[in-house]
Amino acid sequence: MATVSMTVNGKAVTASIDPRTLLVQYLRENLRLTGTHVGCDTSQCGACVVHIDGKAAKACTVLAVSLEGASVMTIEGLAMNGTLHPMQEAFREHHGLQCGFCTPGMIMSAVDIVNRRGHALDEKTIREDLDGNICRCTGYHNIVKAVAAGAEAMAGQSMDRKEPPRQAAE
Amino acid sequence: MYAFTYHRPASSRQAAGLLAKKEDAKILAGGHTLLPTMKQRLAAPTALIDLGACGDLKGIVRKGRTVVIGAMSTHAEVAESAIVQEAIPGLAYLASHIGDPHVRHRGTIGGSVANNDPAADYPAALLALGATIVTNKRKLVADDFFTGLYETALEEGEIITKVVFPIVSRAGYAKFRNPASRYALVGVFVAKRGSDIRVAVTGAGEGGVFRWPEAEAALKARFAPKSLDGLKHPAKGINGDMHADPEYRAHLIGVMTKQAVAQATGK
Repeated sequence: MATVSMTVNGKAVTASIDPRTLLVQYLRENLRLTGTHVGCDTSQCGACVVHIDGKAAKACTVLAVSLEGASVMTIEGLAMNGTLHPMQEAFREHHGLQCGFCTPGMIMSAVDIVNRRGHALDEKTIREDLDGNICRCTGYHNIVKAVAAGAEAMAGQSMDRKEPPRQAAE
Repeated sequence: MYAFTYHRPASSRQAAGLLAKKEDAKILAGGHTLLPTMKQRLAAPTALIDLGACGDLKGIVRKGRTVVIGAMSTHAEVAESAIVQEAIPGLAYLASHIGDPHVRHRGTIGGSVANNDPAADYPAALLALGATIVTNKRKLVADDFFTGLYETALEEGEIITKVVFPIVSRAGYAKFRNPASRYALVGVFVAKRGSDIRVAVTGAGEGGVFRWPEAEAALKARFAPKSLDGLKHPAKGINGDMHADPEYRAHLIGVMTKQAVAQATGK
């Protein structure tokens, strides 16, 4: 067993875990944050995308034990005080989902795209940057629309809304 | 995954010490090849030595006529580096097309180079640019480093610390990627440094990355896509699989080389 301390959705968490524990297992099974999904479990599909220190990563391909001191944000960390994050709202508004399995990863990736590329996103950029997220229902059309709209809506939000809502208490 | 002990040294020196001590230990860099391999139980190291906290393996600097990239620099860091974009734009372009954005946030140049996947992108850049691989023990030129499929000149206990790229006058990369894996079906990196022209091919060779001397000679006369007209790479020694047979891959080598030269010359 190994001890690891990190911040998840603004909350400090420490646990003693088997070094084999993948981040996605740690989130789902230890912390009961089941919004992060396991799709392919082979780093392809993007259903498990979370942010590690502000950058999108596939939680099925990261050892939890390697994240000592890191800040992790999952889909559960986006909404604040019962209000959906603008990107979540945009996915609802534009019907950017059908079965919903890929949606948490899609939304975490979409927020990452905005963090990297800003609020005015053209279709080509969105499609290219969603390369690591697979949806088997929608044909992507509405997802792309939702990301563009969500990116614009995020511009109207305060800066601290885009990334972890609360910083880790040192 | 089989059980292992986990170690997180604070420097490459400490990492080397652990590597020497632990039997069947493996180095963990970005983990984007090693962890999937361990999940499939194709690799079962008894100890993992994570380089994630080794500050001395990070950072990208320009040093004279070279760009020095720390082994733990991620693909995203190389792609977005103002230093790389300015000095060797073809290298930044290559890094920006590895895997997908999430993979690029984790995968590292040192891990990719040490793994020497026959379809990985970086080996083509290192070979064409004449890069030097610096380890905790010595320096190796790329021509001597990549020795076969997943094989390198690295010895037991050796850790890549950085890669030194000479700044060339022109460089370009073109890849025909496998849409599922995002690895290169065929990828070609071309580089021009004075009168020295180098063309390196990844994804296609039965023995991994290789140089294409005939294309280098043709481009020496004039560094332009047209110089490659009529030049065909033979299918002998080229990979064939369910995605592409050797003849098709050999054809793609010619096409990708032209595209890489076009990118390098801005045409």
